[in-house]
Amino acid sequence: MTTTATVKEFRLPDLGEGLTESEIVQWHVAEGDTVELNQVIADVETAKAVVELPSPYAGVVVRLHEAAGTVVDVGAPIVSFAVAGEPEVAPVPSAGEERPAKREPNLVGYGAAVEKGGRPQRRSRLLSAARPAGAPPVPARRERPRSTPPVRKLARDLGIPLDGLAGTGPGALITRADVLAALAGTAGSPVAAPTEGVVPPVRQAARSAAGETRTPIRGVRKHTAAAMVASAFTAPHVTEFLTLDVTPTMDLLAELKQSRAFEGTRITLLALVAKAVCIAVARNPSLNSSWDEEAQEIVQYADVNLGIAAATPRGLLVPNIKAAQALALVELARSLGSLAETARAGKTPPTDLAGGTISITNIGVFGIDAGTPILNPGEAAILAVGAVRSMPWEYQGAVALRSVLTLSLSFDHRLVDGEQGSRFLADVGTILRNPAMVLAMV
Amino acid sequence: MTQDGSLPGPGRTDTVGTAEQASGTVHPGPSRPDADELVQLIDPAGVRHPHGHYDRLVADVDGPALQRLYEDMVVVRRIDAEATALQRQGELALWPPLLGQEAAQIGSGRALRSDDFVFSSYRENAVAYCRGVDLADILRVWRGNASSGWDPYTINMATPQVIIGAQTLHATGYAMGILNDGADAVAVAYFGDGATSQGDVNEAMVFAASYQAPVVFFCQNNHWAISEPVGLQAHVPIARRAPGFGIPSVRVDGNDVLACLAVTREALARARSGGGPTFIEAVTYRMGPHTTADDPTRYRDANELEDWAARDPLARLATLLDSLGLLEADYTDSVRAKADAVAAELREGCLSMPEPAPSDVFKHVYSSPNSWLDRQQDHYERYLASFAQAPQEGPR
Repeated sequence: MTTTATVKEFRLPDLGEGLTESEIVQWHVAEGDTVELNQVIADVETAKAVVELPSPYAGVVVRLHEAAGTVVDVGAPIVSFAVAGEPEVAPVPSAGEERPAKREPNLVGYGAAVEKGGRPQRRSRLLSAARPAGAPPVPARRERPRSTPPVRKLARDLGIPLDGLAGTGPGALITRADVLAALAGTAGSPVAAPTEGVVPPVRQAARSAAGETRTPIRGVRKHTAAAMVASAFTAPHVTEFLTLDVTPTMDLLAELKQSRAFEGTRITLLALVAKAVCIAVARNPSLNSSWDEEAQEIVQYADVNLGIAAATPRGLLVPNIKAAQALALVELARSLGSLAETARAGKTPPTDLAGGTISITNIGVFGIDAGTPILNPGEAAILAVGAVRSMPWEYQGAVALRSVLTLSLSFDHRLVDGEQGSRFLADVGTILRNPAMVLAMV
Repeated sequence: MTQDGSLPGPGRTDTVGTAEQASGTVHPGPSRPDADELVQLIDPAGVRHPHGHYDRLVADVDGPALQRLYEDMVVVRRIDAEATALQRQGELALWPPLLGQEAAQIGSGRALRSDDFVFSSYRENAVAYCRGVDLADILRVWRGNASSGWDPYTINMATPQVIIGAQTLHATGYAMGILNDGADAVAVAYFGDGATSQGDVNEAMVFAASYQAPVVFFCQNNHWAISEPVGLQAHVPIARRAPGFGIPSVRVDGNDVLACLAVTREALARARSGGGPTFIEAVTYRMGPHTTADDPTRYRDANELEDWAARDPLARLATLLDSLGLLEADYTDSVRAKADAVAAELREGCLSMPEPAPSDVFKHVYSSPNSWLDRQQDHYERYLASFAQAPQEGPR
């Protein structure tokens, strides 16, 4: 009979169900202390609870492997005991010799933690020669940034990598606001910095021979694409065109620019079109509505949240002016000015991007006459404003050079019949042909 | 107290024979409690109160019998603490503590006859103890060592049901079988307050009432369905639900082991004599977490725990025993020694449990050979064999 003590290692068990790590909050024993069976030796905090760890042995603490405050993987040794009077008995080789010889009795909950001495590797189905010799080892597992599934989805959709973000939520959780803030922040730089260097080098090398540049689809481009696809293939689009003589509107515009009321405000044709749209919407409300597929309801909006498609360095954005119908022309003009400026600076707040009800896209600035715009998702109509051209046009029975432009209106045919769409477009046309007609319309 | 160690109180003056009561003929007296009354024979301060109806049912419980009930409760509390420690030491994956519910389980468990059949949830380890389960068998499932812990027919207790409330259907079905057999055994279903919201429990009560099946529904209202307080699910006492099914019910102080014994005896007697089902609401308290993976401090008030600690089932019986001179050192020493021995046996049984072979998982799927399963087993064994042949790390 020997009295030599055996050293027993205690590995951190899975204290909850399926936990991989826990934090040692506090040790209640020190090295050299004698402990009894089930004496509380530490407080450990898991993802679920703070629990007390009872000693699995009666003996002397010979080593605390981890300090208080350390986060320890399940299965890692945390404390060693010298257990007296118990000569180490070789485990009964009941199940054959393929078992690890030195198996501690702690069996439960080690999950996927890798045991020292090499967990058996599954034999590869491929010949080992197929693997490059000296292949780099699998990178160490990094904790993925803490967030929630919907926010991860949002970040993925917007192309914002969570790795670089500092979470402001509880426990440094990355919140929706953090992602949106990052979106607004990255927009400021004219170069889409996050996309640089993310291109898989192998693929780039393989393709460069073909004279192509391949850019990962992400960020606003990806978002835009998803929105466009969703819109184009859910809402049946109809596009109507109207080409008209807007010389009186251009005359009015010139007059307004001289007006004291608009001093310091940049008044543009777009502002007048926006005003005309608001007036026409009041007469044709179905253009300012939405199709709620999920609820099987048509949503009729009281406010006109007028979206303006803006080309920004990051791509297409459609910020909107809330309750545009309530704004006087001068306010509308100012809002348009600041909206475009903010969008180009990449500082559009998320609230300005959400909740639009109808949109205008100004393709005229590119010298284009007409097109078939795709609806901003969830909206019933979008109006494309073409370039104003000096063209020979019938005027008072003769051909004259007049200011002519083309309006292109796409609408969701589920919500808007041809009649309503046509009346709306005609109303806008009537106002732009002769702004004084507003007197008869409102 | 009297020299023979028996209890003072109304039970001693009762003229009805105790043996008859224990075996079950019930004479419903004029003082039957209404559904909301909480039957209590020993109050939290350890004072024995007379009860016009239930004293008769425990008239045979003398001093030594009370001491045995106390020992049972100390031992099962120790089993519970040891199992909790084993979980914290990585020897069990999970453990559902019964701390605080000892009286409800021992009181009812000790009322049962050996041919009665118990259908329990996962927390009735004290009932299993009363049924004479091998201690290590209680832990087998929680260690992930076997699919079930014991052969139900050796102790007439089904292995614990984890599906909430499902065992009440099994109990009612078993009780209907007893009717067909013409036997006088009783099926007892144990479940919690949360389970009463389950459809299964309500269906079981409908069938039990329809067939007047000999089943006792023993509900331990421990106040918490994991993190849901009982008040969310029951706006009136749970015991009041049963009369809606045509089942008589009783509310009992679940921390009073004597009262639990009394009401369970009454229910068993009713069932044996063809009186049909009974619903017992034992009002108790889960003093620990739902399981070892739960942190009750996140959802319940510390004051609540303190209130219930003052109604501890062991403390009140210890006080009563002390007042009767039945808590001498030699007795308490023997109780402690018994608890220590049981705990050591439990630990030893847990640690020495042989690990099942990987292919054991196929063993109990079908009672007869099944070629499809054989094929799966063959595939699985070849898969496992591939680990043994795995190449060592590094280039070859």
